[in-house]
Amino acid sequence: MKPFISVIAGATLAIVGAISPVFAQIDVQEITTEAGITAWLVEEHSIPFTALELRFKGGTSLDRAGKRGEINLMMATLEEGAADLDAQGFAKARDSLAARFDFDANTDSVSISARFLTENRDEAVALLRMAIMEPRFDQAAVDRVRGQVLSNIESNTTSPNEIASSTLNALAFGDHPYGSSPSGTTETVSGLTPEDMSTAHTRALVKDRLYVSAVGDITEPELAELLDGLLGDLPQFGPELPPYVAPALTGGVTVVPFETPQSVVMFGHSGIKRDDPDFIPAYIANEIIGGTRESRLMQEVREKRGLTYGIGSYLVPYAQSEVVLGQFSSGNAVTAQAIDVVKDEWRKLIDDGISAEELEEAKTYLTGAYALRFDGNAPIASILVGMQMSGLERDYIVHRNDLVNAVTLDDLNRVVRELYKPEELTFVVVGQPDDLKSD
Amino acid sequence: MKTLLSAFFIGLALPVAAADISSFSLDNGMQVVVVEDHRAPVVVQTVWYKVGAADEVPGKSGIAHFLEHLMFKGTDKMKAGELSATVTRNGGSDNAFTSWDYTAYYQRVAADRLPLMMEMEADRMRGLQMTEDDVATERNVVLAERNQRTDSDPDALFREQMRAAQFLNHGYSIPIIGWRHEIEQLNREDAFAFYRQYYAPNNAILVVAGDVDPDEVKSLAETYYGPIEPTVGLQDRVRPTEPPQLAERRMTMRDARVSQPYVTRSYIATERNPGDQSEAAALEFLASLLGGDGATSYLGQALMFEDPKAIYVSAFYNGTSVDLGSFGLVIAPVPGVSLEEAEIALDATIAKFLEEGVDLEQFDRLKTQLRASLIYEQDNIESLARGYGQDLTIGLSIEDVKAWPEVLDAVTPEDVMAAARRVFNKSNAVTGFLMPEIASEDMQKDAVQ
Repeated sequence: MKPFISVIAGATLAIVGAISPVFAQIDVQEITTEAGITAWLVEEHSIPFTALELRFKGGTSLDRAGKRGEINLMMATLEEGAADLDAQGFAKARDSLAARFDFDANTDSVSISARFLTENRDEAVALLRMAIMEPRFDQAAVDRVRGQVLSNIESNTTSPNEIASSTLNALAFGDHPYGSSPSGTTETVSGLTPEDMSTAHTRALVKDRLYVSAVGDITEPELAELLDGLLGDLPQFGPELPPYVAPALTGGVTVVPFETPQSVVMFGHSGIKRDDPDFIPAYIANEIIGGTRESRLMQEVREKRGLTYGIGSYLVPYAQSEVVLGQFSSGNAVTAQAIDVVKDEWRKLIDDGISAEELEEAKTYLTGAYALRFDGNAPIASILVGMQMSGLERDYIVHRNDLVNAVTLDDLNRVVRELYKPEELTFVVVGQPDDLKSD
Repeated sequence: MKTLLSAFFIGLALPVAAADISSFSLDNGMQVVVVEDHRAPVVVQTVWYKVGAADEVPGKSGIAHFLEHLMFKGTDKMKAGELSATVTRNGGSDNAFTSWDYTAYYQRVAADRLPLMMEMEADRMRGLQMTEDDVATERNVVLAERNQRTDSDPDALFREQMRAAQFLNHGYSIPIIGWRHEIEQLNREDAFAFYRQYYAPNNAILVVAGDVDPDEVKSLAETYYGPIEPTVGLQDRVRPTEPPQLAERRMTMRDARVSQPYVTRSYIATERNPGDQSEAAALEFLASLLGGDGATSYLGQALMFEDPKAIYVSAFYNGTSVDLGSFGLVIAPVPGVSLEEAEIALDATIAKFLEEGVDLEQFDRLKTQLRASLIYEQDNIESLARGYGQDLTIGLSIEDVKAWPEVLDAVTPEDVMAAARRVFNKSNAVTGFLMPEIASEDMQKDAVQ
């Protein structure tokens, strides 16, 4: 629902793939079905269920003009009645099968996550197919879910975090879909009709933007048959994706007055594309700056000065843009001081660079942490589908740590000097910070 | 769609948990639980202390949580921050959490790093060191945490007020993080006193989950934790008990940052007790029947579908506690329905449920899901291990924990209704309205735009 947060999740997944000897045992097979659907599969027969992940590129960025929020509302209504079942009938059928379905809408994709038991897999998939292929979008269901979405939109107007993120998004992306909330506004969402839902459905769920992974108690032929039955009848093509947008973050501070004991601060500037050859060194740099508890920002702002409970930074590669972002909260009395510390850290990066010792520690951490992510059917399925969306190959899992280890200090500091721009670092502050004004 | 609606039986009996669980105790009284999962070469070590916010002395609210923060400072052998830095360098992650009944510390690392983790965790069980500077800086971090998680969130402030009204005498009345004015006064001596009394092997439970061999864990635990001296004379926890509630408790809180008003009510309820978990199990079903999935739950069907007065409605039960559990209801009305009307509708629906009894089809579906959850949870051994830690710190035995799914499976519709009649007693509850600040609401919106 929130552009920054959702894309951060996607970016994390993309970099996760990695391998140690232990993951030699994760055997990722690729299958292509008769209907032309490609999927990655890890067979894991020790627990009698399967985790299935479906992603469709495009997401809420495919909302039509004046219909902001339609794809978000559509995804939230998919499970609210399908074929001859109304919302309650569908929920009862799903619960009788003990299947678990999640439908979600993100900035650059929509996702469907399913888990189902081996013993009633066919029935569970038949039910999921109804939601995907034959959603009803009954007026009553659309109205009920719309009420929940409108309540969320209203709550966002009094949430400092949401205000900060929407303000920074608007500054960075303006009229581009990334510049506004994927949930839409009270006005746009109030105007959406069941017909809009059907249109959004045929636009967002299309075969040539589909990515699939499955992990669990299922074989190659079983998965191929399942996928063709489940998704084979989807439309082939969707509408054009929105164009590239350069983030218009050029420095300065924007204060949004809000009565609260602490200020929420978000900051950022332009970033780096996921398919840039320098993405790995940039990722390492971000880990050192704001990626972990041991990062420079955590040490300087929290551990040494006690100015915040937590601070982090992120590389956020969208499909059609890219930013570096950071976030923290501070008491109103010390917000200006904390911002100065962040600015100093950005300047130090350029002036002094990163040390050989920091690089070595980051490499040890990143190469050690990879394996810990592959710790269950559902997480592995999610990682695999994220890799596909980022254009990575299956063997990325095997050589990802080599890519990290190959980064030299010179590479790293060259990328740092290109990526980090102290004069362009733009701050949005929501609260009542002492001694701080918009400029 | 008849076939889809007929219940699928997940076997005739409960599936046997695939996770291998073993337990033993060290000579110094430390209890150890090992949960095996060999699918990935990962291990999670968690040390649980049987002490939390409800064990704090009056005036020192927040000390259990503050100490949890300070545990990441140095020891005789490690400098401040070294433990976390070492975990990170080894590719792992670590953290800690505090509740009313327990405080726990964990590391998640590659399985072959377990000895190092045990060495460090054992070291800080008795060897904590901190300077006055460490304490002062960390107190500011905790105040910032309170700012972020409580004072900036009207829901959190409201929950804090509700809880304080629910308990007149028991330590469950205070917030885990502490009241701000008391956090500001917490000092190094307070932290050390609490630490020396409660951080000891005979007050701790070690849970190791992942790709490990129980015999090896035993020998490692004996090596690292075995030599630690227990605290002599540490008694089971006996806390102040609640007096009879003579008056219904109600509160209305207004906050400019609230957009969606709601009503919530929390009843004191029976908790899970050693050898006696059946009432708690019935209450688990009651919460799911009333407030599980909105489309199938009793409250959801009545208040979101048949006569749509609510945008959201739910019921929840927390029975994993040392002393008293709680059963909660919440209703967020649609625009145009007042909180008073919403509460009346909620009460009428509960009254109707008490008359009509359990929908047997829905009850069967919940039993099916219970059995399936035992399959799904094998994919998340960490969560299973966390459950063991929590359950054991509140005084349940390994046998109680293992029996819990069977106790749940044995619940009958009659049990649920009997539990419902016992718990729904307004003179055992606190009811709260959370609303926007009418006067300044419009002003606030202008500022935002």
